[in-house]
Amino acid sequence: MSSALEFRDISVVTASQRRLLDSVSLTVPDGTVTALIGRSGSGKTTLLRTANRMIEPASGEVLIAGAHERDVVALRRRIGYVIQETGLFPHLTIERNVGIILEAEGRPHEQRSNRVRELLKLVGLDPATFAHRYPHQLSGGQRQRAGLARALAVEPKILLMDEPFGALDPLTRAEMQDMLRELLARVKTTVLLVTHDLDEALYLADRIVLLSEGKIVVDVARDEFLRSDNSEILSYAAAFHRGVDRMSSHQSGSA
Amino acid sequence: MNNSFLSQYGSDIWTLTIEHLWLTGAAMLFAAALAIPAGIWLTRSPRWAKPVIGVTNVLQTIPSLAMFGFLLPLPWLGERAARIAIVALTAYALLPIIRNTYAGIRGIEPTLIEVARAIGLTDRQRLFKIELPLAASFIFAGLRTATVTCIGIATIAAAVGAGGLGELIFRGVASVDNRLVLAGAVPAALLALIADGALGLLERRFKVPAPESNRK
Repeated sequence: MSSALEFRDISVVTASQRRLLDSVSLTVPDGTVTALIGRSGSGKTTLLRTANRMIEPASGEVLIAGAHERDVVALRRRIGYVIQETGLFPHLTIERNVGIILEAEGRPHEQRSNRVRELLKLVGLDPATFAHRYPHQLSGGQRQRAGLARALAVEPKILLMDEPFGALDPLTRAEMQDMLRELLARVKTTVLLVTHDLDEALYLADRIVLLSEGKIVVDVARDEFLRSDNSEILSYAAAFHRGVDRMSSHQSGSA
Repeated sequence: MNNSFLSQYGSDIWTLTIEHLWLTGAAMLFAAALAIPAGIWLTRSPRWAKPVIGVTNVLQTIPSLAMFGFLLPLPWLGERAARIAIVALTAYALLPIIRNTYAGIRGIEPTLIEVARAIGLTDRQRLFKIELPLAASFIFAGLRTATVTCIGIATIAAAVGAGGLGELIFRGVASVDNRLVLAGAVPAALLALIADGALGLLERRFKVPAPESNRK
């Protein structure tokens, strides 16, 4: 399987000389979903943001389909980007938000409009109801769907998702995870997903990459992750589930 | 103000109102053409924001009569009073427009700017499609403050012979005729109120709904 995205020896250093990533190398195979997990500050979002050059590494390079793209704008247009807050522009209707890159590329209105309608249907939003609404008129889940539709507008080969469902309530999050899984099976895009939620990573990803203090400590297929007795995996999984268990016991105690 | 007063001064009031509008309108056009790009440039070079806004602030502290006086001896400018008035009014209008353009763009939620970059909008597209529309309400608020201020200050322009409604006020003061003072002051106040209302409407029209992150 060829690589859609390859990080080669990436190091990121802040202005105050703090090392956020330390010689990280990672290959993301074409058409797969790779989850980046780890504690806060482990460098997962930093790594994701070097893919679309929102962060320029101090050393190393990122290859897209085996090549280094010099034109940043062209590169970013080929990579879908979804974040927790969705980043929908509040002054634009959902139709214009979803079609903004098509508009920026100068595609004709009718073509844009048809594509937006197609995308809204794909993410489960009825175009007749939602196309002319503004972001503040949508619920959190609906906004996240619109954000996903925007990211898919130019049929990107790569989709970067940074904690996409982190701000949603558990029920909506589960719904969105189902929708995304079903959608990814259809669109066959390579996905790099940053998540704090181990269950989400295991549900959506083919491959799990665990980062700690700016380094990759685990990079395995999901099934292997589940079977592994690697100490890093066990300690992360235990810490994650302790938090979940504490919440569950607190909730059942207060119920 | 009775009918004979209006028949005597009605056409003067009308002509001077138009003159007042022309002085203020021209100054506002120049000020907007200078200050909006300057405000945008400051968002790209924020280290210049403090000195540039500081200079425009100082300009605004100069008493208007003194400003007209300073400009009077200057070559070309001093040849026509209207030129002096327009330059002085432009100088007064700069601060609110620059400050609001700068603050309006800098105040946009950083996530939105970041997303605009991340999805591949060029700098120009980001400015025209995202930043200016999101800051428009702020920019109109600056234009509104500047316009109302200029309509008031333009009455002083009559002191250097630039015309406008100030001429009636000065004539009224000189002849101790309150009717003439009012004939200049009331239309000037009405112009200010109309400009305030109209630009206020535009300001509200471009107001962006609360950011989505506040509504979760």
